[in-house]
Amino acid sequence: MLGSSSALFGYLLRLGDNALMLGHRLSEWCGHAPVLEEDLALANMGLDLIGQARSFLSYAGEVEGRGRDEDALAYLREAAGYRNILLVELPRGDFAFTMVRQLLYAGLTQRLFEALATSRDSTLAGIAAKGARELAYHVRHAAEWTIRLGDGTEESHRRTQLALDELWPYTGEMLEIDEVERTLIEQHIAVDPAHVRPGWEQALSEVIRQATLQLPNQNWMQSGGRIGRHTEHLGHILSELQYLQRTYPGAKW
Amino acid sequence: MINVPRTSVACQQSAALARAWAAAGGVFDPEVPVLTIADLGVLREVRIADGAVEAVITPTYLGCPAMAVIALDIETALAKAGFARCKVTTVLSPPWTTDFMSEAGRVKLKRFGIAPPAGKASRRALFGEERVECPRCGSSHTTRVSEFGSTACKALYRCDVCSEPFDYFKCI
Repeated sequence: MLGSSSALFGYLLRLGDNALMLGHRLSEWCGHAPVLEEDLALANMGLDLIGQARSFLSYAGEVEGRGRDEDALAYLREAAGYRNILLVELPRGDFAFTMVRQLLYAGLTQRLFEALATSRDSTLAGIAAKGARELAYHVRHAAEWTIRLGDGTEESHRRTQLALDELWPYTGEMLEIDEVERTLIEQHIAVDPAHVRPGWEQALSEVIRQATLQLPNQNWMQSGGRIGRHTEHLGHILSELQYLQRTYPGAKW
Repeated sequence: MINVPRTSVACQQSAALARAWAAAGGVFDPEVPVLTIADLGVLREVRIADGAVEAVITPTYLGCPAMAVIALDIETALAKAGFARCKVTTVLSPPWTTDFMSEAGRVKLKRFGIAPPAGKASRRALFGEERVECPRCGSSHTTRVSEFGSTACKALYRCDVCSEPFDYFKCI
């Protein structure tokens, strides 16, 4: 293991918590999607994300060295202990909202993971390389739906544009880095999102153009999740996610 | 052929290793029960050190729920083959791709009614035009119904000639 273990622990929590929360949000569609194929698709993508969360959190527990495993990290932290960006904890909204969020998150994260696949930390690189291949499918799926909905009926266009307007201010957090991450970036363990930003913006603009949508013309961005300052929605997720382990500590089946 | 005395220690060890490989590699994927984990390329390595067997596996997808079952099945298979001490470890590098699947595995898949992955899992194959052949009638006039199917590794297709729906083991 390279670098300071607490810095790496924090970085892994951020990656793992993003995947955990978005995976949970996608799982909420199970049995509720507009058509059966989408029900399967959303559940599949949710499963990919939860698999990625498990890998990141297991490794985070190992790096921390205090005996916490993936379950302890997923189920037994307080809301302020989570390091996910706010984007992924927002309620699932309608189908357009879910697809646009998936496009924004997976589009950038897929590129970030591709870059992380050459990290000097071989465990992190292994998880990222695997995750990048999975996310490539998510990006294509979300892009196809964004185009179909945006360039669809008047109502689907309206809802998709509304989703983009609401979600856009939450994208800034995906590009943030702090001092601790800067050290990891210098050690070639973490990746600076600025490196993948131009490619992401270009690919995103192309999808938005084909979908006949407009990227919001505003630069003010929400922030806070990465330092544990969350929206009220996170508490509601946790009350569901953690209920079993809080009520029956150590329950297994 | 090198004529090695049957009693040599090296020979016994390699025979034990071959038995361990056969036992572990013969475990079936619980979600695609015609393929063994050796066919899939999920079993990466089998080692024996101090009488204990270590089987190394790699997941097809990080969230693959079959991994826990596969690990348990390997331990059971090794125990049945007479290896009292064994453990299963997971590696992520190099990441599993459909290129790891054996030729025999591809034939078995097709016979089972699942179209095997078409081409190499390069980025081009991932996002180029895929020509997926119907595993029943062999026609390449097929339509993708959904990129996500009954398990993480499969997509749903329909044959435009014989009209049968089928699973496609997608490239990753």
